[in-house]
Amino acid sequence: MPEFTDLLFYGFAGLALFFGFLCVANPLSRSPVTSAMFLVLTIVSLAGLFILLHAFFLAAIQVLVYAGAVMVLFLFVIMLLDLKEEERRRFRRFTVGVGVVAVGVIAGLLLQTVLKAVPYSQTSTVLAVGATRPLGIILFTQYLLPFELLSLLLLVAMVGVILLTKKELK
Amino acid sequence: MSTKIVDRKPLSFFENSYLPTLMSGLKVTWKHFKKSALQGRPLTMEYPEQKWVVPQGYRGAPYLVKDQEGSTKCVSCQLCEFVCPPKAIRITPPGPNGAPADRRNAEKAPAEFEINMLRCIFCGLCQEVCPEEAIFLQKDYSLTGESREEMVYGKAKLLQMGGTHGGIQKWKHKLEEAEAQEVFPVRTN
Amino acid sequence: MNLFDYLEPTTQFVIFSAIKILIVFGVTMTFVAYAVLAERKISAWIQDRVGPNRTAPPITKFIPILGPMLVRLGIFQPMADGLKFLLKEDFTPAYVRKVYFWLAPAIAVIPAFLTFAVIPFGSTLGNPDNKMVIADLNVGVLYTFGIVSLGVYGIVLAGYAANSKYPFLGGIRSSAQMISYEIAMGMSVVAVFMVVGDLNLGAVVQYQAKHGWMVLHQPLAFAIFLIAAFAETNRLPFDLPESESELVGGYHTEYSSMKFALFFLGEYAAMISASAMMVTLFFGGWTLPFLSEPASSLLVGLLHIAIFIAKLVVLLVVFIWVRWMLPRFRYDQLMDLGWRRFIPLALGNILATALVLAFISP
Repeated sequence: MPEFTDLLFYGFAGLALFFGFLCVANPLSRSPVTSAMFLVLTIVSLAGLFILLHAFFLAAIQVLVYAGAVMVLFLFVIMLLDLKEEERRRFRRFTVGVGVVAVGVIAGLLLQTVLKAVPYSQTSTVLAVGATRPLGIILFTQYLLPFELLSLLLLVAMVGVILLTKKELK
Repeated sequence: MSTKIVDRKPLSFFENSYLPTLMSGLKVTWKHFKKSALQGRPLTMEYPEQKWVVPQGYRGAPYLVKDQEGSTKCVSCQLCEFVCPPKAIRITPPGPNGAPADRRNAEKAPAEFEINMLRCIFCGLCQEVCPEEAIFLQKDYSLTGESREEMVYGKAKLLQMGGTHGGIQKWKHKLEEAEAQEVFPVRTN
Repeated sequence: MNLFDYLEPTTQFVIFSAIKILIVFGVTMTFVAYAVLAERKISAWIQDRVGPNRTAPPITKFIPILGPMLVRLGIFQPMADGLKFLLKEDFTPAYVRKVYFWLAPAIAVIPAFLTFAVIPFGSTLGNPDNKMVIADLNVGVLYTFGIVSLGVYGIVLAGYAANSKYPFLGGIRSSAQMISYEIAMGMSVVAVFMVVGDLNLGAVVQYQAKHGWMVLHQPLAFAIFLIAAFAETNRLPFDLPESESELVGGYHTEYSSMKFALFFLGEYAAMISASAMMVTLFFGGWTLPFLSEPASSLLVGLLHIAIFIAKLVVLLVVFIWVRWMLPRFRYDQLMDLGWRRFIPLALGNILATALVLAFISP
């Protein structure tokens, strides 16, 4: 039933956009916790889009890592810091400027990708890439160096955190 | 300083693995599980069916008692009403025109004697203070009723629940002396 | 059955899936109710008590010997409990954050039930294509972990919504605890999937049917998974998010009535789904050593489901039993256990498994 899949695509895409909008510019609440929760919903909607592309592994990882772990830590920090003044903050010219630049860069990247993209029916290899085994094989052969470098990056971050927390023990 | 600091022995590797604690926990729980589930000997007493044997000297609900001749011991002195900590006792004295006591050597008997069992704390001060030994804490511990009014026990009910308590009758021998004096020929010289 | 043959295969699939979902949901709900009863009964026995043995609907009078026996076992107690929860006053304190306060119990209960979607609870029933799993996903276990990790939100939001300190502390504790133990849990399972070579849970069961139960191949992975499951489901000895003696009631301090019951349901459903995962991953799922072929007849199919449920019940009893075996851990001990013992152990287990797979038994 291709029509049904299309319907699901528009549903998830619409939800992702809607939740994304509410995450950054919620007219009803400026609470950081609410924003974080809408970010979680956006991530879950994106996972739905991945599933529609048959990328089950990516979808599962998306939920597991981003929604399940990263966002919980976010929430954790937000709650511990108790960002009351964040709710009253006004827009400043600098913030808006940085935002526009960031959105512009991402939009440019997106545009480039969309222009280079081939129509959906011709990308049958996508189905294979989305599965766990081919993904693992590619990660450990073709992209081994970037993959390991990324882990190094995480290690550096971790060592930095330990250094910061243990500063007074020197 | 009398405090002696005892060094805590560091845990061995085996103890640190939590395994010995787990094993002893397993042993204890299994012992109790076996006893109550498999052998059917739980400690619980299933109350309405099985009842506890009330020991001697148990302080349950206070009731009024009668003497061995079946007359009210209470003389309406109101000491118990006065001493009662939760103010559970209320005595209505007979008044100047009230009915006389039903025994000969008492001046009066209460017109009404009420104990609110919802307030009573079974402390036993009324029994302690009573000069006539007319009120005793007895073995009832499960008093129930469907309304608050029902839980206020009146004189008739208290006397009926209390039963007879013979024992010492403080003024009995005085009465006998007095009666003997009436019969005895008085010496006239 | 004839009526079904006229329908399109897609429609048939949808109908079968819907029926499976309904049945699995119903059975799980019943299990949750009776897990509560089992908890109360076993706790009572371990503490030399009798446990619930009075609830008797009037109908039991007409059953001769069995009726009073069922009453003594407390079989009708879950109904009374459920009714009580429904009839109690649903109180919302004035100072709570309303939206999250209402949302949190639902978020707490949904992930626990979603996990059952990928668990193969039987081989086939009737038609050989009619597999006894709701969604035969290729990334089965990743799905489970993804859903389980969402379960934290219910508790964190409950703690946040209550807007008072004890629930908040409970929520913070639980989020840290669940994230820590998810890592150990996930790593312990990696070794299992290295041995099997597939992420599909059905494939795991098939592998175990051929090569023996996974608990024999990977005892360390099982131990870590079991203990992490205790932490993930907030069961004793790791029930710090709701430890009564220090946090009043933890994240459900401010909840009452059905909202409280939903947390309760969620906790027990999570316990059941964790047990189901363990049965599937480590105890051969629906197979027994001599009953490992997919069912050829309806009866064998039902027998497979019964085997699965029996294994599940054994693990549930373990969950309940452990509750009385160990006292609650201190929070730093919990973190120490998670980060400094289980994660290195699980990593070492992965390494050892990889070495064995690479050099000894390819």
